[in-house]
Amino acid sequence: METARKIVEMVKSHQCSAEDQVNLALQRIKEVEPEIHAFIKVAEDQAIQSAREIDARITRGEKMGSLCGVPIAVKDVISTANIETTCGSKILKGYIPPFDATVIERLKQEGAIIIGKTNTDEFAMGNSTEFSSFGPTKNPRDKTRVPGGSSGGSAAAVASLEVPLALGTDTGGSIRCPAAFCGIVGLKPTYGRVSRYGLISYANSLEQIGPLARNVDDCAILMKCLAGWDPRDSTSYESPMKKVSTKGFSIKSKIAVPKQFFGEGTEDLVKKEVWRILDRLSEFGCIVEEISLNNLEYALPTYYITAMAEASSNLAKFDGLKYGSNVKTGYREWNTYFTRNRESGFGGEVKRRIIIGTFTLSAGYFGAYYLKAQKIRTMITKEIENVFKKYDLIAGPTMPTTPFLIGEKINDPLQMYMNDVDTVSANLTGHPAISIPINSKVNAPIGIQLLAPFFREEELLKAGKLIEEKV
Amino acid sequence: MMKNDLQIKIGLEVHCQLTSLRTKLFCSCPSNYRNSEPNTNICPICTGLPGSLPSINEQAIKDGIKAALAVKANIADILKFYRKNYFYPDLPKNFQISQYDKAGGVTLASKGVVEIKGRRIHLSRIQIEEDPAKISYEGTISSSPYSLIDYNRAGITLVEIITEPELKTPRQARLFLQKLRSILEHIGVCDGGLEGAIRCDANISIKGGKRVEIKNIGSFKEVERALSFEATRQKTINNRNIVGMETRHWDDVRRVTVSMRVKEEEQDYRYFPEADLVPFRFEKKFINSIKKTMSELPDARRERFVKEIGVSPSNAEVLTSDKALADFFEKCLEYQVNPKRTSNWIVSDVLGFLNREDIEVKQIRVTPKEFAKLIRSVEAGKISEQTGKKLLLKTLTTKDDALQIKETMFRISDPDEVNKIVEKVFNENKKAVEDAVGNKNTINYLMGLIMKATSSRADPKITRKVIDAKLSTLR
Repeated sequence: METARKIVEMVKSHQCSAEDQVNLALQRIKEVEPEIHAFIKVAEDQAIQSAREIDARITRGEKMGSLCGVPIAVKDVISTANIETTCGSKILKGYIPPFDATVIERLKQEGAIIIGKTNTDEFAMGNSTEFSSFGPTKNPRDKTRVPGGSSGGSAAAVASLEVPLALGTDTGGSIRCPAAFCGIVGLKPTYGRVSRYGLISYANSLEQIGPLARNVDDCAILMKCLAGWDPRDSTSYESPMKKVSTKGFSIKSKIAVPKQFFGEGTEDLVKKEVWRILDRLSEFGCIVEEISLNNLEYALPTYYITAMAEASSNLAKFDGLKYGSNVKTGYREWNTYFTRNRESGFGGEVKRRIIIGTFTLSAGYFGAYYLKAQKIRTMITKEIENVFKKYDLIAGPTMPTTPFLIGEKINDPLQMYMNDVDTVSANLTGHPAISIPINSKVNAPIGIQLLAPFFREEELLKAGKLIEEKV
Repeated sequence: MMKNDLQIKIGLEVHCQLTSLRTKLFCSCPSNYRNSEPNTNICPICTGLPGSLPSINEQAIKDGIKAALAVKANIADILKFYRKNYFYPDLPKNFQISQYDKAGGVTLASKGVVEIKGRRIHLSRIQIEEDPAKISYEGTISSSPYSLIDYNRAGITLVEIITEPELKTPRQARLFLQKLRSILEHIGVCDGGLEGAIRCDANISIKGGKRVEIKNIGSFKEVERALSFEATRQKTINNRNIVGMETRHWDDVRRVTVSMRVKEEEQDYRYFPEADLVPFRFEKKFINSIKKTMSELPDARRERFVKEIGVSPSNAEVLTSDKALADFFEKCLEYQVNPKRTSNWIVSDVLGFLNREDIEVKQIRVTPKEFAKLIRSVEAGKISEQTGKKLLLKTLTTKDDALQIKETMFRISDPDEVNKIVEKVFNENKKAVEDAVGNKNTINYLMGLIMKATSSRADPKITRKVIDAKLSTLR
């Protein structure tokens, strides 16, 4: 499987057809899926159909888009018209959206071909993809280990060369974590840069759709396609990305390294590898300085309180009445009806978050939890904005550890939540953040995380490109 | 009539649909859902399909502000939406996008006032929210074998107006609602005549008891009935026991309230900010531009009727409590009629008829032009006031051209003609005539007979003269 950039070149110059590319992808999927399980649904027929339409347009000499002929995998929390969309949950089994998410429309406009829907922790709640109702995804680097999550299916599909590009979503690190664990590039855009219309909400004030790719250039092509204002999402901004260049990172950049990103529980190998990269950047001429961000120690609880509260409300609509699966037990009384459906439709982790979220929003606890969390959120945002008055980027590890074994942490929710400690800040504040693979050791992929000021995704891509090529 | 010693306190929560809007509050489905087949006036947003997001209808906010200005409320400086979380099959998302005045929230407006007959009823807040879907049952809620849900109504813009518990009688509650409707109709944001366009829940407590909420009240008349029933019920209980906090359902067939659930405490709706909608700061300019589009309000119109047209204050109050009625009145004035008489006729006869028949002003078929013609005929002495009114009632609901003032309806004031009739009646009622010769008090009976014979067309003064003259010749 070639890179996206190469595929577009080949398809546009008639070296191969879009259908050839789709067939290649489908072939590769057939080979690796039994072992990896990156996909919940492969939309074979629709993909071939779309490829033929694109080929016909090329034959007619039409002007083609920036992703012409590129097969792309889409996380199953993003609505795709006529393709089942389950959020990795039994409760949405059989749900076929009647509309495309805005990002899907944009992909189609640029000539990309949706090859299928990828596995995810149920409703994107997790960081290992073990909490999918349809079974876990394996890490292509080491099949006994998790691929990270919740966009584990998307990351694994890219890392195992099933597709060159995939869409993920990032609520507390769900793009960056699996990117780091699978050794690929993943970017969480600025909150509001990409339309959320069609993204099935887990925590709507935190999440963004973003690209996963094998290299920075491919990531940039996809990012450019996704960005832009959408009248259907009032939290989106008028901030299209014009020409995205990955070249020209200023080697005089100032990089802040919060010591809180290397807290308790950070593996030595991770520390060593991240500092190796940072030292190399200093050698190039970057100013790398260690700083302290005191509010960061509250980021994790702040994130979980906010996310769970929003989840408890966002997931209320799943009552089995209008779509998805329902229990056919003949209960007609409303409370029993929706309770039974939710009881059997949701998995344990989803229930845990709904219950905790419901609790934190309840009268008497609202002030102590939700409201306080929002105050700390504002404080963290201000703290990070202040850093960006002096520095161009913030850097640290994406994940405190290398990929853990499947099943290793599944019975310890707190251990599991701790994995998000370095990623959640960017979601609380809305800043863009990227994970760049830095360790080539096969079974211990590590990612370096970079944060930039609002709407400065291009800086992240440039820095990523430098690290990818020269460091 | 309720006695004041019960210390009745009534508060209303009124939900008004902004029926003049073109589209729903958060999507572009048509706002006029009333003529659509069930579940055809819908989209992913108003049915809350996974992944859909709301976008604010700017005109809905403008009309909401207009409504708030019309009840003299203070407009907030920022627009914020909150989620009200509860599970109910008529809520597509199992939460309602609404507003909240606590937990960092603020409602569209607060502290308004509506005047009814010189009494100021204070409003605590005015907020904007989405209408739920409509559930239909077969028979009653408890016995129906199924529930049918129609999402056509889901997402319609509602303005909720909440009063302080300052209404003291069920009658006042009804007058308040009429006045509110008139206000909203005057500014053109809500057509209260449409089924379900204005709906209300009522809270009532009496001396020493807790607050009881009544839901499912279908019309303003029913509000008065339900509250009267509830006041009596609470009074009866209070003699033995204390009324507890609960929610009751108005059964309009049996005309009683039935307990729905006992409220030990306020239901926990877990209000929190709706992050899908970005708060919007209102600029002074924006509010002022809305102020400029405000039309004349009922209170101003009432003052104008009194001061400029010479209508009595009580008639002016009644006329302006119903926009259609006031409009009808003013249209009649275009045809050179006496405003006082016209207002009297409308307030006493027309309105009385409408109330008896339980119909709306809109359903009056007679045109102001025809109506004015009728009044002018009375004023010119062509027909008697009584004949005129009879004719009016007959034609109120029939076609316009039915109001033909025929010659046979004219007043009989020619003494010769009256004389002939009197003679005829005298001949047919010899006994009564004899009585009247002896006893003046029975003359009225003869008058009545003559009026009956002429369908009240005989001029009373002339008739009396003729009778007196005839009787005196018999004495």
